[in-house]
Amino acid sequence: MSAAEAKGGVVGTRKLRREDPELLVGQAKFGDDLAIPGALYMVLVRSPFAHAKIQSIESEAALGVPGVVGVYTAADLAGEWAGPMPCAWPVTPDMKNPPHYPLAAEFARYAGDGVAAVVATSKMAAVDAAALVSVEYEELTPVLDLEEAASDATVIYQDFGTNTSFVWTLEPDPDGVRQAFDQAAVVVTEHYVHPRLIPAAMEPRTIAAVPSPMGDEYTVYSSTQIPHILRVMLALTAGISETKLRVVAPSVGGAFGSKLDVYAEELLCLALARKLRQPVRFTEERGESTMATVHGRGQVQQIELAADQNGKVLAVRANILADMGAYLQLVTPGVPLLGAFLYHGLYDIPHYSFTCTGVFTNKTPTDAYRGAGRPEATFAIERGMDTLADKLGIDPAEIRRRNFIAADKFPYSSAAGLSFDSGNYGPNLEKALELAGYSSLREKQAQRIAAGDNHLLGVGISCYVEMCGLAPSRVLGALSYGAGGWEAATVRVLPTAKVQVVTGTAPHGQGHETSWSMIVADRLGVPPEDIEVLHSDTAISPLGMDSYGSRSLSVGGSALFLAADKVVEKARKIAAHQLEVAEEDLDFVGGSFKVKGSPEREMPLAGIAFEAFTAHNLPDGLEPNLEASVTWDPPNFTFPFGTHIAVVDVDQETGDVDLLRYIAVDDCGNQINPMIVEGQIHGGIAQGVAQALFEEAVYDTSGTLVTASLADYLVPSAAELPSFELANTVTPSPTNPLGVKGIGEAGAIGSAPAVINAIVDALSHLGVTDCPMPATPERVWKLLQQAKAH
Amino acid sequence: MFPSKFEYRRVASVDEAVSILSQEEDAKILAGGHSLIPLMKLRLASPELLVDITKIENMSYIREDDGEIAIGALTRHHALETSELLAREVPVLPAVAATVGDPAVRHCGTLGGTASHGDGASDLPAALLALDATFVAKGPKGERRIAAKDFFTGFLETALAPFEVLTEIRVPKGYRSYSFQKFNRRAQDWAIVGVVAVRNGTTNIGYVNMGVTPLRATAVEQQLASGASDDDAAAAAAAGLTPPSDINGSSEYRAHLAGVLVRRALSELG
Repeated sequence: MSAAEAKGGVVGTRKLRREDPELLVGQAKFGDDLAIPGALYMVLVRSPFAHAKIQSIESEAALGVPGVVGVYTAADLAGEWAGPMPCAWPVTPDMKNPPHYPLAAEFARYAGDGVAAVVATSKMAAVDAAALVSVEYEELTPVLDLEEAASDATVIYQDFGTNTSFVWTLEPDPDGVRQAFDQAAVVVTEHYVHPRLIPAAMEPRTIAAVPSPMGDEYTVYSSTQIPHILRVMLALTAGISETKLRVVAPSVGGAFGSKLDVYAEELLCLALARKLRQPVRFTEERGESTMATVHGRGQVQQIELAADQNGKVLAVRANILADMGAYLQLVTPGVPLLGAFLYHGLYDIPHYSFTCTGVFTNKTPTDAYRGAGRPEATFAIERGMDTLADKLGIDPAEIRRRNFIAADKFPYSSAAGLSFDSGNYGPNLEKALELAGYSSLREKQAQRIAAGDNHLLGVGISCYVEMCGLAPSRVLGALSYGAGGWEAATVRVLPTAKVQVVTGTAPHGQGHETSWSMIVADRLGVPPEDIEVLHSDTAISPLGMDSYGSRSLSVGGSALFLAADKVVEKARKIAAHQLEVAEEDLDFVGGSFKVKGSPEREMPLAGIAFEAFTAHNLPDGLEPNLEASVTWDPPNFTFPFGTHIAVVDVDQETGDVDLLRYIAVDDCGNQINPMIVEGQIHGGIAQGVAQALFEEAVYDTSGTLVTASLADYLVPSAAELPSFELANTVTPSPTNPLGVKGIGEAGAIGSAPAVINAIVDALSHLGVTDCPMPATPERVWKLLQQAKAH
Repeated sequence: MFPSKFEYRRVASVDEAVSILSQEEDAKILAGGHSLIPLMKLRLASPELLVDITKIENMSYIREDDGEIAIGALTRHHALETSELLAREVPVLPAVAATVGDPAVRHCGTLGGTASHGDGASDLPAALLALDATFVAKGPKGERRIAAKDFFTGFLETALAPFEVLTEIRVPKGYRSYSFQKFNRRAQDWAIVGVVAVRNGTTNIGYVNMGVTPLRATAVEQQLASGASDDDAAAAAAAGLTPPSDINGSSEYRAHLAGVLVRRALSELG
């Protein structure tokens, strides 16, 4: 879509979200709001120990609580499963994947692992009874530290004899990499740790499995971001025909990747509803959610850069340990691979090597979390570039300029084997520097140092490129992923000219209903208010690949765009027939077909829709009704990019870091609704800043999660963040008809390295060269103490 | 997040509350509920009976009385925050109250509740300690007054007997010069360390989260009284104390912070 086309329509405008009124007044129905008569409530008894042998489970006292229907252990439910819980991404043929069933049978593998399910007629009764289930455990040595786990000092799964699940390597030219390092004038070797993060979606998970009163059919309501994939997986795992299973995602209160999964509780509700022939529901508590919902990140990285004297990087070699947690969830092993191709960032680096070792620990399983692999990759290269710049005495902005992939090299074939669709990095960086007032910030920084000010100023730059729009199905196949990356859409013009749009995307806060209606409105020339967007119910939208990986617009939106065009082409045939002209003699303008040269002869889409419905006068062979479906498989990923600049104040006496300013210039290609784009960037930055400054899943030495509440797990609020200064550049993607790239994860990808670079920048004159995440006041204070002691 | 089963009674007078508390074994007073209810939901507290005192009339006030400021135990933090009388006479209290939790918390939480809870990590108890407040409690044998220095006795423990109701908190006028230094990571969090300094001729300093109870910075106060400079006095900030260690700060770091914050507080005092 050209900018000119966009101007005439609603696309490109800051249209308010149609989703918001009912959310703001509390009328939206989330899973726990659903009235389900006769539903039973499930509560899980969870292991308090990170690693333990389950000796016995005594449920008699629990069964005595009034209202309790049953207490179920792994043994009680063993016959319910057609197979273990799914991991859809076996990244290597020899990947070790322990059998994972909804309840732990012999061993509890992490604190929070479910060992029994209590079902009662009220939630209160189920909670009371769960407290009375007595489980005898034999505590085993927990494996908690990632590097220790990799050493196999204690092995979690005896059958494997190792804690390593897989080693995945991408090394297209080992000789080239070796030579580059041998000949390099400068080599930088850095180690970074990405703490585990707790996704902390505003709505914890909610599930209800409801048997049909008609017989052996089930509707599963789940606060999931993957209703379609979930249906397939539930069918396969619970041994229910997919045709007997409907999955509905009601209003979903955020996910950030954590609801891109198939969870034990979903399977348990379904199996127990089948067993008890009554609806069974589950709502996760907040504290429970911190342990029972997947975590994100959890990596230890080594990155090496080989460069010449001018700071031109010749090779990058990354070697990472990725924390799988206790089990492999749906895409756990694939998460680091989503970053595996991006450790060279947006720099033209000819030689590339990447190795990832996936390691089991006795902690909550990890899985996708906003950015999934790409924030980790971006952090490593962006911290590494700053370190290299520091070593060579080159300004951090300048070293990036010297290494950017040149604008005339797109589509760019990377050493890691990707084809970057489009990019223009230089002007994007310059725009951010100008907005920040970069040189004046450097002056102020120097003045504060010269004046001996306790408050130091730091400026951190992070340039990012990411791959999203997941994804070309063939590429996913080549990466051993268990599904495709297409998306489906249907556009249906009803007899009254109202439009139904059916999408396979599954929004959980992104505003798809608003954006999708805008796209179709412009294609069909109808007001967006006349367009209803249907989604997240497999009975209404049977085909879909759901929402994650910043894919919905570039894949699902494109499918929709093409479906709308198909409708227009069908309408054109009817208009040509009835106006008795050739199809090519019609212009489609403002929702009406007009005869070229005599625009007073026209037929509006509304009229055509009714003609298509009555089918009294259609061209020979044309099917009635005005409806078209498209399933679109993108030819490539999209590669959004941008520059983020953080300005921090560091209080040397306390170690407190105050984020003073945050400048973000993002390029996500064409924008459908800039207000929604900004909202995504705001949230993403907040999460990345949170990783840099606030959030960390902390375990004690016994493997108990210490940060199991929002009082201890510090999700920042608006009060901790400045007003973000946003701008953009627009480099359309040539890989989809909308020219869009994706913006859901970009903010979270660019921000953590910007903040840490800023802190290190503030302290570098004191000899500080790195800063761990999150940069808590005490950690920063200790860095300063250590630096001053030298 | 369901508490264990409990009984609930709403009372109309302090006497009624005292009478019930005297008869029942395991009863707790419910006021703002912002400490008690979360503890109950986490099942860290499971009282059998809650005695709701929030409907007792005339227990929420801020007034001059006998040369002091008298504050009813049911006075909400928000009322402290917005009181013109306090702003004039004891300005440290509005300043401290304004940083407790968030607006929702401040509209529910009561001064009597936070004082009776006696949490060393809470801000207002430290302020009351710094102000040498007097706590008025009513029990079966009538009313008694407890000096702040005798009030906070241990971890979540006060001098109040289980059958006593805190009815009023009295603070002296005259401490017009104050500084409140609250160091935390998020606006709504408890202080990692808080310093409440007030001056009316002499300087009193209260600590938040430097021990299991609210504390006075006794060593600093003594140094100041004997004419030490602010910097020298601040250097004694952690003398004799063993601050707690948790994920937000080690004991060592808290001791260091106390010194920094005391110095900043002293330099802010008029």
